[in-house]
Amino acid sequence: MNLDFSDDQKFLQDEAKKFFDKEGGLTNARAVMDNALDGDNELWQKIVELGWTGIRIPEAYEGLGLGHLELCVIAEELGRSLAPVPFSSSVYFFTEALIKFGNEEIKSDLLPKLVSGEVVGTYGIAEDMHQATESNLTVSVTSEKINGVKIAVPDAGMATQMIVVVKSNAGTDLRLVDLNDASLTVTPQKNLDTSRAFFKVEFENTPSKLIGESGEGWTYIQHLLDQAAVLFAFEQVGGSQAALEMAKAYSMERFAFGRQIGSYQAIKHKLADMYIAVTLAKSNCYYGAWALSSESAELPLAAATARVSATKAFQLCSKENIQTHGGNGFTWEYDCHLFYKRSKVLSVLLGSEAAWKEKLVTNLEKTNTLAKG
Amino acid sequence: MDFNDTPEQAKFRAKCREWLEANAELKESKGSGHSDSSLEDHLKIAKTWQQKKYEAGWAMLHWPKEYGGIEASPIERIIWGQEEAKFNVPGGIFEIGLGMCGPVMMQYATNEQKDRYLAPMAEGKEIWCQLFSEPAAGSDVAGLRSKAEKDGDDWIINGQKVWTSGAHYSDFGILVVRHDPDVAKHKGLTFFFVDMKSPGITVKPIKQITGQAGTGAGFNEVYFDDVRIPDSQRLGEIGDGWKVAITTLMNERLAVGDARGCDIEEALILSKTKDDAGEALIKNNSVRERLADWFCEANGLKYTKFRTISALSKGEAPGPEASITKIVSANKLQAIGNFGIDAGDMAGMLIDENDGVSSFQGAWLGAPGLRIAGGTDEILRNVIAERVLGLPQDPRADKGLAFKDIPTKA
Repeated sequence: MNLDFSDDQKFLQDEAKKFFDKEGGLTNARAVMDNALDGDNELWQKIVELGWTGIRIPEAYEGLGLGHLELCVIAEELGRSLAPVPFSSSVYFFTEALIKFGNEEIKSDLLPKLVSGEVVGTYGIAEDMHQATESNLTVSVTSEKINGVKIAVPDAGMATQMIVVVKSNAGTDLRLVDLNDASLTVTPQKNLDTSRAFFKVEFENTPSKLIGESGEGWTYIQHLLDQAAVLFAFEQVGGSQAALEMAKAYSMERFAFGRQIGSYQAIKHKLADMYIAVTLAKSNCYYGAWALSSESAELPLAAATARVSATKAFQLCSKENIQTHGGNGFTWEYDCHLFYKRSKVLSVLLGSEAAWKEKLVTNLEKTNTLAKG
Repeated sequence: MDFNDTPEQAKFRAKCREWLEANAELKESKGSGHSDSSLEDHLKIAKTWQQKKYEAGWAMLHWPKEYGGIEASPIERIIWGQEEAKFNVPGGIFEIGLGMCGPVMMQYATNEQKDRYLAPMAEGKEIWCQLFSEPAAGSDVAGLRSKAEKDGDDWIINGQKVWTSGAHYSDFGILVVRHDPDVAKHKGLTFFFVDMKSPGITVKPIKQITGQAGTGAGFNEVYFDDVRIPDSQRLGEIGDGWKVAITTLMNERLAVGDARGCDIEEALILSKTKDDAGEALIKNNSVRERLADWFCEANGLKYTKFRTISALSKGEAPGPEASITKIVSANKLQAIGNFGIDAGDMAGMLIDENDGVSSFQGAWLGAPGLRIAGGTDEILRNVIAERVLGLPQDPRADKGLAFKDIPTKA
C-alpha cells in the first residue's frame, strides 16, 4: 500500500510552497484584484522559467516529461497561495488537450512554445448561464470557420491560443483558434473574484484547426474535465488548508471576554469541522491522483468524488474563516475575502457542485460493487 | 502511488492466508457469523479459536517476544486483521485484554504476576475487561468517584463503574479508583487489577435503547461493595492512576474506531432495487444528492485509512488524519440507517416478524451509542481542535481545586 507522493514529488511541493511564499503569497492575488489586471504576468514568467508549464510535456517537445502527480502537488500550492496566473487554463486544459488528442503537426508546433511561454492556452465551453450539454451548444464550425459567442472564458487576456468546444456536422469538435486573429473579439467580463479574469470571446468566421477526430469533441472534453477536476480539487484543498490555518492563527491571537477565542468550543468545533472536511477532501484527492496518474477506468468516479468533496471543503473553510474573524473578516483589508471569492470561482468554473454530484451518482449507478475500505 | 503490498508484506499476507485457510472457513457472504448462537456458545467458540491462534502464534502478534508475541509491526497487525476478517471466525472478546490490559500488566505488574496472568489472557482462557467510566464520570473520566481505602495490606473498594464491555463474562478487570479526594482531580487516583469473581462485585447488564441487554459483548454496570483488593494488585504508584490509565489508552491508539454497519454500499443497493412510486429510489434527486454526499464521506474515510496504512507501511508515524474517522462514520451510519427506514415509507417503522430489525433499523438504533462511546462527537472535536490544530484548552472550573470541592450540581 503506497497511497502517498514520492519523496521527489514531496520535494517539488516544498519547493513550490517556498516559491509562492517568496514571491509574495497572497499579495499577488490582491494586486491583480486591486489593479484590475488580467493576471500576474511577472509571476507567470517565473513559473515558466521553473519549467512548470512543461511538466507533462514529453522531453521530445522540450518539456520535463513528468507525470500528473507532479502537477497535483504544484496545484495544491497554487491553490494555497491563490496564485493569479493562467496555470489551470493553460496547463490542465490546453496542454493536456494537445498532449492527449492533438496531431503531430500541432504538437510539434505548440508544445515547445508552451514550455517556453511563447504560447499560453485557454479553453471555452460555456455559452450562457446554463449547464453546457452537447445538445445546447450553439457555437459552430463550418468549413473550418467558427461562429458564435463563448462566455466566462478564463484567462483569455493572457492567453494566445484557445481550445473551443463547437457544434460540427459530425457532432461536437474540439477546435484550436489563435486569439490574436482579427476575426475574433475578446472582451473582459465582470466577475466575483477579480483576482482572476474572465472574458467573452466572439467568433466571426474565425479560422480553426481540428483537435483529434471530428465528432469526438464531447467525449474529449468530458475526459479533460475529469482530469482537470482532480487538479482543481488539489487547488481547492490547498486553499482550504490556507483558510483553516488563517482562521486558526486568528483564533489564537484574538481575545474576547478575557480569553483567546480559540479556547471557546464554538470556535474549536467550527475549526474541527473544517479540518474534517479538508481531510476527507484530501484523501479523495489522493484517490483522484491515483486514478489520474494510472489512467484508471475509475477516473470519472474518482474525479467527481474529489471534485465534490474539495468544493465543499473550500467553501466551508473560506466562509467559516470569515466568520471566525468576525467584523474584520468582512473588510477588504483582511485576506479572508480572497479565499471566499476564489472558492466560489473554483466551485463553478468546471461546472456546479450539483452537476458533479450528478456525474458521481451516474457513475455509481454503473458500478455493481464497491470495494470496502 | 499504488495499492500493492511490498514483497515482505505480500509474503506475510500469504502466510496469514495459508494458516487461516487451513483452520477456518471463508465467509460466504458479508456479515455471516456466529451472531445467532447463545452467549455461552459464542464464548466457547471464541475461546477455542483464540486457543488455536495461540498455539500457532497468531494470538497476540504485537506483544513482545518475551511474552509470546512476535513483535509484529503495525502494518502486519493490519494485514492479519484484514485477512482474518475474511473468515467466519468469532471476534471482539479478547481485544480489550490483549490490546489494553496485557500491555499495562507488562509495564507495571511483578514478574510473578506476568507469569501468572499473561499466558492465560493470550490463550483466551481468561477474559479481561476495563473498568474506567462511571455514572458521574464519562467524558470527564478523571472525575470518577469510586473509592479505595487502605486496610492493612488490602484496599477496600466501594462505588460503581458503568459501560463495562464484557464484564458479565470477564475473569479479571483493570480498574481506576480514587484513594484521596483531598487532592486535585488527577492526583488522587490509583490503578489496580481485580478478580471479577471477588466477593462484593455485582455485574448488571445495561438495557440499551436497542432493547438488548447482556448479549454479545454488551455493556454492564459493575457495583463494588466492600471489595477487597490486595495491595500487590496495584499497578503503578499510589496517586499515579491517571498516568497509568493514559498509558493504557495510548495502547489503543491504533484502533481507528470505524463505526461498522450499513454503509454507502447498502444504501446504493437499496436505492437501485427499492421501488418508489413506480421508479427505483435512485431516480429521486434528493436520494441522488445524499448518495453523492455519503460516497464522498465513505470514500474519503477509506482513502484516509489507506494514507495511514501507507505511512505505517513505510515505517513512518501516521499523521493525525485518522482522528476524523469515528465522528464521520458514526454520523454517516445514523443518516444511512434513517434513510433505509424512510425507504419503507408509511410502514418503515415495522420490524419484520421473521428477520427482526433490518440492517438499516439496527444502524439507526445503534448509531446514537456509537456517537458517544469511546469519546463523544463533542469530545472528539475538542481533541481535533486541541491536539491536531493546537488550539488552547478550555478554561477548567475545577482547576486547582481539591476533588471534594469540585462543584457537581447547580
